[in-house]
Amino acid sequence: MVKGTLGKIYHKGEVIIRQGESGDCMYVIQGGQVEVVQEMDGEEIKLAELNEGDFFGDMAIFEREVRSATVRSLGDSSVLTVDKKNFLRRIQEDPSLAFRLVQSMSGRIRKMSETVTGLRISQPPWNRE
Amino acid sequence: MGGGPAGSLFTYFLLDMAERVGIDLNVDVYEPRDFSRPAPHGCNMCGGIISESLVQNLATEGINLPANIVQRGIDSYCMHMDVGEVYIDNPLFEKRIAAVYRGSGPKGIKEMKWGSFDGHLQSLSDKKGACIIDEKVTELRRQDGRIFIKTKTRTEQSYALLAVATGVNTAALKLLQKADLDYKPPQTTKTAIREYLLGTETIEKYLGTSMHVFLLDIPRLTFAAIIPKGDYVTICLLGDKIDSELLETFLNAPEVKGCMPPDWQWDKPACQCSPRMNVAPAPLPYGDQVVFLGDCGVTRLYKDGIGAAYRAAKAAASTAVFHGISAEDFRSHYLPACRKMTNDNRIGMVIFWFTKIIQRLRFVRRAILAMAAKEQESADNDKAMSMVLWDMFTGSAPYREIFLRTLHPVYLARLFWHSFMALIFPSRKIKPGLEGTERVTTV
Repeated sequence: MVKGTLGKIYHKGEVIIRQGESGDCMYVIQGGQVEVVQEMDGEEIKLAELNEGDFFGDMAIFEREVRSATVRSLGDSSVLTVDKKNFLRRIQEDPSLAFRLVQSMSGRIRKMSETVTGLRISQPPWNRE
Repeated sequence: MGGGPAGSLFTYFLLDMAERVGIDLNVDVYEPRDFSRPAPHGCNMCGGIISESLVQNLATEGINLPANIVQRGIDSYCMHMDVGEVYIDNPLFEKRIAAVYRGSGPKGIKEMKWGSFDGHLQSLSDKKGACIIDEKVTELRRQDGRIFIKTKTRTEQSYALLAVATGVNTAALKLLQKADLDYKPPQTTKTAIREYLLGTETIEKYLGTSMHVFLLDIPRLTFAAIIPKGDYVTICLLGDKIDSELLETFLNAPEVKGCMPPDWQWDKPACQCSPRMNVAPAPLPYGDQVVFLGDCGVTRLYKDGIGAAYRAAKAAASTAVFHGISAEDFRSHYLPACRKMTNDNRIGMVIFWFTKIIQRLRFVRRAILAMAAKEQESADNDKAMSMVLWDMFTGSAPYREIFLRTLHPVYLARLFWHSFMALIFPSRKIKPGLEGTERVTTV
């Protein structure tokens, strides 16, 4: 990582947020790549790989739920924390600040819909509901 | 007019919002400076600190600051007073403040290792579709509901809206006053900025990734800071009528010399300037088809000027796209954002008045140092004084919020207790466990 990079540096395999833990901030990747994995019945499923400029942990801004997935650094990455308080205060003043977040969430819903459709198509017709 | 942060961010948000709602706009940006060149050709005469809150806001807007723009990520502040010094760490131990150069660096820079912050923002507005015209506006007039602009080599162009983001250190202010725009410039005061070439390794050794701020009992000096950059350090002074005598007194203060390398020559800066700074807003930061952004309009008092430019630029852009460009539209939708800053600045003036009193009362300075040192040593999250100082120095929170925090009974009780102890035991060690370590030093 170059010296001028903002945020905190995470090394390969280092956990940035852990599934099940509580959180009150979201993150923006400043450099490098991270992976999002979800643990289910002792098995780890990779949900996504995120790159520079992508958000994660944003659900914690709007919900009081625990983290839904674990995010780990793939190689060295730098990640900037965005405080819930600062972010919500700015949204009060300027609601359009949430636009990119809504856009990112909308993209995720679209991707998820495609995945669900793909899964249903891959099932035999008698098994589709 | 003007392609600094206010002008570029206004252009960026204007084109971004217009694209979202399907409006096709043509935007010309008149900016004679070349940000790829070092001072004075590409300089915007500024300390070059991007506050913690602005870094976060820009990141959520999708505007990340690349590593070649950020000369140094700042993760802590060191407060220097005659009674000692204390480091105040970022609560998350994260580099959340960016030290940048607005242009490409000081006069005489030998190697261009980093890019310009203003140049980066300008490239973003360029990518959005703005046309950058690298010429000075020589004529400006309003006629039949259009604004006409002429430069030395180009023919006169007419526009529906004029956004002025020229700053206050420009001859363009006279041009604006002569034009039929009802513009009165803001009140300003002189500041001082000096750049010293120390080299990356020396800066790392002596200043690290901390911004060094000074609360010294020097008449007319309100606030001073040393900002570590890549190969250079920037020294900024704010106060009343800053002159060479005040600058010399400050640069020779033992607290300043103590955090610079022993062979540092205070009288040999690589670059220096005395820009003017907005200290009271332009009375009317808008008009019919015209809006004034950043320093030439309304900004925050002493701190976070770029953050203020961002807020003003966004408020003006959303007004123009979603409401209209008449004086009434700006009065209804842009003025509230400006008023919010102006009202907050009034509270800021009260805070800086208290700071002046603190600069004169040694026992209060000892109390503040003791309270901050104790909090920094403690593992719990109750760091009232540290947070007040952090937000004051970084400009991350509105002055109103900082002021309200200082009225909290627990904060006041602790401050009174530490002040009482400092009065009764004026030479008592502040924090035996920490004193003499790298993080706290007392005199």
